[in-house]
Amino acid sequence: MKSILIKNGRVIDPASGRDEVTSVLIRDGHVAAIGSSEAQVDQVIDASHMIVAPGLIDMRVSLREPGNEEDETIESGTAAALAGGFSTIACMPDTDPPVDSRAAAEFVILQAGRAGNCRVVPIGAVTKQLEGQELAEIGQLVDGGARAFSDAKQPIASAEVMRRALEYTAMMNRPIFHHPQVPELVAGGLMHEGFYSTLMGMPPMPAAAETIMIHRDLTLAEMTAGRLHLMGVSTGEGVEQIRRARERGVRVTADVTPHHLFFRDEHLQTFHSKYKVNPPFRTEADIECLIEGLKDGTIDVITSDHQPYAEEKITCELDQTPFGVVGLETLVPACITRLISTGILSWAELLAKLTVHPARILELDAGVLDVDRVADITIIDPRPTTRIDPHTFRSKGRRTPFADMELSGKIAHVLVGGELRFSDV
Amino acid sequence: MVSFKDYFQSGPVRWTQRHLLGLEHLSADEITLILDQAAEFKRLANEGHTKLKLLNGVVVGNLFFEPSTRTRTSFGLAAKRLSADTVDFSPSGSSLSKGESFLDTARNIEAMGVSLMVVRHKTPGAPMFLSQRLDSAVLNAGDGTHEHPTQGLLDLMTMREQCGDLAGRTVALVGDIRHSRVARSNIWGLTKLGAHVIVCGPATLIPPRIEELGVEVSYSLDDVIPRVDCVNLLRIQFERQRGAFFPSIHEYAHLFGMNASRLSRAREDVVILAPGPINRGVEITPFVADGSHSVILDQVSNGLAVRMAALYLLHRRQQELSSSPAPVDMTLI
Repeated sequence: MKSILIKNGRVIDPASGRDEVTSVLIRDGHVAAIGSSEAQVDQVIDASHMIVAPGLIDMRVSLREPGNEEDETIESGTAAALAGGFSTIACMPDTDPPVDSRAAAEFVILQAGRAGNCRVVPIGAVTKQLEGQELAEIGQLVDGGARAFSDAKQPIASAEVMRRALEYTAMMNRPIFHHPQVPELVAGGLMHEGFYSTLMGMPPMPAAAETIMIHRDLTLAEMTAGRLHLMGVSTGEGVEQIRRARERGVRVTADVTPHHLFFRDEHLQTFHSKYKVNPPFRTEADIECLIEGLKDGTIDVITSDHQPYAEEKITCELDQTPFGVVGLETLVPACITRLISTGILSWAELLAKLTVHPARILELDAGVLDVDRVADITIIDPRPTTRIDPHTFRSKGRRTPFADMELSGKIAHVLVGGELRFSDV
Repeated sequence: MVSFKDYFQSGPVRWTQRHLLGLEHLSADEITLILDQAAEFKRLANEGHTKLKLLNGVVVGNLFFEPSTRTRTSFGLAAKRLSADTVDFSPSGSSLSKGESFLDTARNIEAMGVSLMVVRHKTPGAPMFLSQRLDSAVLNAGDGTHEHPTQGLLDLMTMREQCGDLAGRTVALVGDIRHSRVARSNIWGLTKLGAHVIVCGPATLIPPRIEELGVEVSYSLDDVIPRVDCVNLLRIQFERQRGAFFPSIHEYAHLFGMNASRLSRAREDVVILAPGPINRGVEITPFVADGSHSVILDQVSNGLAVRMAALYLLHRRQQELSSSPAPVDMTLI
């Protein structure tokens, strides 16, 4: 395997607190040295003015294979992940059939290996067929490579099932990724309930649907000592509940998407489905709370919630098109624009939410840039401004609220296991 | 030779909209322009001029993806009175049932030479979706619980006929405000023309923050009734409700039904409207519906004139744009 020297980059490793302009030497797939240059290398990457970070991890991606390959395949999804700067992604079990068996988890890993892009970590189903009734064979899924469990966008409506799932997965110290939403409060809903849903006559999804479920989940996590990860928190009250639960020792983590930091319910006034997401875009006050949660650490992770769909599924009436937008290839520029350029987060704080924090939640040997560690590295050029053109995406999905927006920064290089898998310089 | 007062060219306000998707984005002047144009068509009809050659050679597509009787008939007749040809579409037994998409269906109908597309659909925003993708002018004939602009306009026309200038008048919209596209179009139209609007119904059928649209909210029709010039009784949208919004029809009628007792406490010249179809004995008793204050059938007649005006103005705008070397995009988006 060839040796690579990354020189003159600003090396930031949130895990160790390193933040310095230096060089990184890679040999045999591992970081051989930081700070010492070596004359004899096979390749030199000049990272002047760039950020050299641990390989980014997106722990909430839907890949659609098997079953909906017209939307995305593991190959196209992982290519998109690489282009977005991710050396590792965790994929949701919401395929057809869902990842609720050991064989299904092994299939994901096998296909990801064949694709040869980024690493893929399967998330197993909590319940069989994602139906929220019977627990899936969680132990066998762990043996098959599942690092966490989730019923994806299907909330586990039964408190009893959720309780048993938290108890059972706690036995293996694996987290449950839950979409916190009371299903009956959002049935048929298309957007946040508020002034704009009234204005547009749109079936609403009240914020209480999220906060009630978060309250239930936190109570059950506290009761069972299970590990709970709340996906896509979107409400200010939800953030506050998590903050208070943390203080009393509940084992809870949470994530947010970049698009929920940008867009409000009023954006759907255009009736354009690129603003149709679940949970829905909320209000400015909610966004301010999400940002506070990011700053004080209540929200640990930023995820793309990548939801690709084929063109024919998004060119239809608003109620006929599914929820969700793609996010892998816009996450980093969106975060730079929204969080770094505005001074809300430092680079170390942002990168922690994209590296070491998701690695810890998934218990991965990743997310750290240090000597002797596997050389998964992302190099970000924060300088250029890019107009987002979905037609250039590697993902088969094209629906993004960031289309035609000017965002800052781009991914320059991604190394996976010491191998340069993506470059755009 | 019929003397036709053409507001489009000679009036003080120019019609510049490419589509008619709702009243939200129309100015008071534009609303008045349509109402004046409709009044002109009504005058001509009353004089016996029921066939005008204003849309000769134009094809109007009536795309009703949701059941409708009066709106569909009204649009169809309006087109015929303007000498347009019409193409009708309904989803049952159509290519939609074979899996064709909404957009492809509309594109195919447009390809038959349609230039004015009347669209009714259960989904809010569906006409706007088409307006962004078709060359035709799109007229919203009701999109889910969003807007029903021609119904709003015909209600305005009827109230204006009864009350004169609507500025300073008080109008109550009673019933299922949450699920009513008519309510939203009425609110936009009435408030723009200076009327005071009270929305009245069970709390479960009043959507959140509706007062931010400039309306008063009341949960008591008994309190409201003595104060109003017009009452517009909205139908309970049983088909759009997804849960129990009130305990029973009997209780609804008891609290919010317009009956003789309530009518007796209203102003002597109160005007009673109901966009229909009405649920007799629920929103309105037969005594009121068929009584002297009711203008329900005037609404239906005025609907024809309003739809003629809408079709005519949009067609004229199309002609103007097609003759312009650099057409300006005047969509409502």
